[in-house]
Amino acid sequence: MVLDTSKDLVPAQPTGIWSWITTVDHKRIGMMYGVTALVAFFIAGLEALFIRLQLATPNGTILSADAYNQLFTMHGLTMLLVVVMPVGAAFMNYFIPLHIGARDVAFPRANAFSYWLFLGATIMLLSSFVLGGAPDGGWFGYAPLSTQLEEFVRMDYYAIGAQLLGIASIMASANFIATVFTMRAPGMTLMRIPVFTWMAVVVSFLLIFSLPIFGVGLFQMYFDRNFGTQFFSGGGDPLLWQHLFWLFGHPEVYVLILPAMGIVSEIIPVFSRKPLFGYPFVVFSGIAIGFMGFGVWAHHMYTAGLGPVAEAGFGIATMLIAVPTGVKIFNWIGTMWGGKVRFELPMLFSIGFVSLFVIGGLSGVTHSVVPSDYQQHDSYYVVAHFHYVLFGGGVFGFVAGAYYWFPKWTGRFLDKRMGLWHFWLMLLGFNLTFAPMHILGLNGMPRRTYRYGEGLGWEFWNQVATVGSFIIGVSFLIFAWNLIKSRKNGVEAGPDPWDGRTLEWSISSPPPVHNFDEIPIVEHVDDFWHRKYATDEEGRAVRMTDVTGGTLVETDTGGDGSHEEEDMHMPSPSYYPLVAATGITTVGYGLIYAPGAGWVVAGIGTLITMWGVFGWSLEPVTRDEHHD
Amino acid sequence: MTSQSAPVEVHDHHDIKPIRKAAMWVFLGSECMFFGSMIATFLLYRNETADGPGAEIFDIPFTSASSFILLMSSLTMVLAHNAFENRDPRATRIWLLATAMLGTTFLAGQVFEFTEFVHKGLTLSTSSFGSAFYMLTGFHGAHVAIGVLMLMTMFYLSFSGRLFDDRGLNVELVGLYWHFVDIVWIVIFTVVYLLQV
Amino acid sequence: MAETAHRAHPSPSTYWVIAGILAVVTAIEIAVPSISALDPVKVPLLWALAAVKFFAVVGFFMHLRYEKKLYRTLFFFGVFGVFPLFIVVLLTFNAL
Ligand code: HEM
Ligand SMILES: [Cu+2]
Repeated sequence: MVLDTSKDLVPAQPTGIWSWITTVDHKRIGMMYGVTALVAFFIAGLEALFIRLQLATPNGTILSADAYNQLFTMHGLTMLLVVVMPVGAAFMNYFIPLHIGARDVAFPRANAFSYWLFLGATIMLLSSFVLGGAPDGGWFGYAPLSTQLEEFVRMDYYAIGAQLLGIASIMASANFIATVFTMRAPGMTLMRIPVFTWMAVVVSFLLIFSLPIFGVGLFQMYFDRNFGTQFFSGGGDPLLWQHLFWLFGHPEVYVLILPAMGIVSEIIPVFSRKPLFGYPFVVFSGIAIGFMGFGVWAHHMYTAGLGPVAEAGFGIATMLIAVPTGVKIFNWIGTMWGGKVRFELPMLFSIGFVSLFVIGGLSGVTHSVVPSDYQQHDSYYVVAHFHYVLFGGGVFGFVAGAYYWFPKWTGRFLDKRMGLWHFWLMLLGFNLTFAPMHILGLNGMPRRTYRYGEGLGWEFWNQVATVGSFIIGVSFLIFAWNLIKSRKNGVEAGPDPWDGRTLEWSISSPPPVHNFDEIPIVEHVDDFWHRKYATDEEGRAVRMTDVTGGTLVETDTGGDGSHEEEDMHMPSPSYYPLVAATGITTVGYGLIYAPGAGWVVAGIGTLITMWGVFGWSLEPVTRDEHHD
Repeated sequence: MTSQSAPVEVHDHHDIKPIRKAAMWVFLGSECMFFGSMIATFLLYRNETADGPGAEIFDIPFTSASSFILLMSSLTMVLAHNAFENRDPRATRIWLLATAMLGTTFLAGQVFEFTEFVHKGLTLSTSSFGSAFYMLTGFHGAHVAIGVLMLMTMFYLSFSGRLFDDRGLNVELVGLYWHFVDIVWIVIFTVVYLLQV
Repeated sequence: MAETAHRAHPSPSTYWVIAGILAVVTAIEIAVPSISALDPVKVPLLWALAAVKFFAVVGFFMHLRYEKKLYRTLFFFGVFGVFPLFIVVLLTFNAL
């Protein structure tokens, strides 16, 4: 453990529930994102288990068609917008400042606001189940289905809930971009930034430029439903929705996967004891994916009949985007190749990620071929594909990250035995659930059907899938138990348990409020590694004897008051972000029930928002700037 | 750039200005997408008038005048910013107020225009053309209104002498936002009005 | 290059000149639709005039010409990104 000898110089860690509500500390906000998303993951997982129970046998009777529609829509929507994206945000919040050697993100209060608004929107979406019914038009809410049935508020929850999540994400992304481009430690050039943080930058750009398009589509849907506009009906064209949606939706899939790729790119080098093979390639392929991700949206719309030219163009573009993705896979394999691979839990999950992602990527390429997609479209083959990339890719990557960084968050390891059970059960359950769906899809089982008849040859594989899904469920219960237990009782880890390479391992676990006693001066990619190791004549890494992981901090702080020149302005806590987010969420609820009484609620919400925003923009940024 | 531009971007932890501006610019980039989507929607539906009123009801001289007013508010805004940089609270205050007034005049013009159009039978729900027109110009108007609110906040701050304190909002950022709202209207004026008649 | 000019903001007289140019361009814009001789080039001409105004405001009033390259990059992603995307969208509708 690192001792904070400079206690009186640096801000102390505040405690108590109020300190969490008013926190602007990026690490705490990251934690809150993570915990919220984990809870949502269990809810959405439960929804999936209901779906699987219903489909376990032909003519299932557990769910009505109506309930089924709500469950699969909410399952998809929640998993994507309330689980995977926010888990990404959790890691980004926690690690961007640590990776670039900063004390916080650029706008700590805006950061808190993003979180609270995300929480508000999450509560809003989930509350729909008891307030008139949950969204039931599929996660991509196609018009005209989504703009009909105005007597129900269900798709209004979709339109407003997703809108609020979008606003929260745009703000968070602007924040991250400003942080990375303007707050890096001295010497931390762009080509020295850890890959995870690079991917976070790409993700932020994708979000900031794609979410507004979605936002317009959502407004149009909302107006069509409530104010009789004709964007997708009458003289309007429902295809416009598909364009606006997928202009966001395809970049979104990279938003979901790139953070996981970044995490894996951090883990594999550490557990192979080698630098990442081809760091610039990994970075540039990530950027390339970002650009190309904007140019392929219409591959989701082949069956809408765009005409041969557009279909051919989008087909080719889609096949091309597999190239940078493939580059990354080779880089990961190249990193492991010849390395001293340690099969610790983070590494196991990372290898799981790479393998499953390859399978999902390959079935993805089969969609890019137009005629083949005509066959697969809207079948279970697609369901299999996107679960391989989102779950096999995204979720495996995030779980790997959780095992990797849990010691940094809490100072303790996650239990290894439970972790192994989690890994093997999850891997088994995952493949049992989703591999059969390829077969079901090719045998013609359509997605989004709430029951199927006997004798279609779909019984067996559906049963397998249901069994598999419960195995996944068990594996995650183990994970949850592990998280809860190890937080207090895990083996102590110390500051640098994995012999890490990046700056977050150079500080204590958990990190102090201000992150770095002294802002590091960076000289290399993997700077922390180079501080610990020199290279001998044969190019092997030799540990420098006088330096041990993490103790750098100790030797530094051991000194004296020499840090006084660096007076730390930590941003002061504020409850205004919560007020503003509450206000906007209230406006959202009002809009859902507008016109009518909803206007009153929206009006009240506006007042609360103004209170929050004015208080926020007029209060001083840091405590010690009181000079009224 | 000549003498080997330093690879080390040393950044002053107390100077938040460039950080804020970076965020503002990327936010404005994001707003381009927002307005771009609505402009594209309008272009798609420019002829979908469902036999109701179309672009022929536009009053180009009137809109030209209000466009010109908004355009000139950019001048007053930049003069406010200039005074702000010179730490001249009085001039800042005057130009801020002028900008807010011009913005309000523009908004009043828009309200008048909308009322006229509704009387002529063009509403949100008459046709896809109407929906797209009102959505685009309406969201722009909302941006102007928020801008006016921010200008008035700055105006208010200028009296208590807190204008130059380091706060979440300052004249420069408000200015960037305001100019952006203006350039969006430059495009809307051309695409929605001039090109359709 | 531009980095070095950072902070060297234009003076108020420049602002007035730019405003004058904006006013003149606007006057031309308003005149163009009524001059039938210009009908064949009306569309590109009006777009070009709008672009002149757009970049005059961005460059001078918003100081982008005098600022860090970073800001320009961030903003131009949006400005120039939105065009190809929606041109393709409108093309698939045969609406251009
Ligand atoms: C416990 C694990 C999971 C199981 C058993 C499961 C099961 C399913 C099933 C059976 C469907 C198809 C419903 C239908 O088309 O009728 C589905 C849809 C979907 N799932 Fe999952 N899923 C799981 C985890 C995930 C995860 C982790 C994600 C994303 C990160 C995800 C994202 C989606 C999406 C986006 C849809 C499409 C919803 C729609 O059609 O609108 N699922 N899931
Ligand atoms: Cu796609």
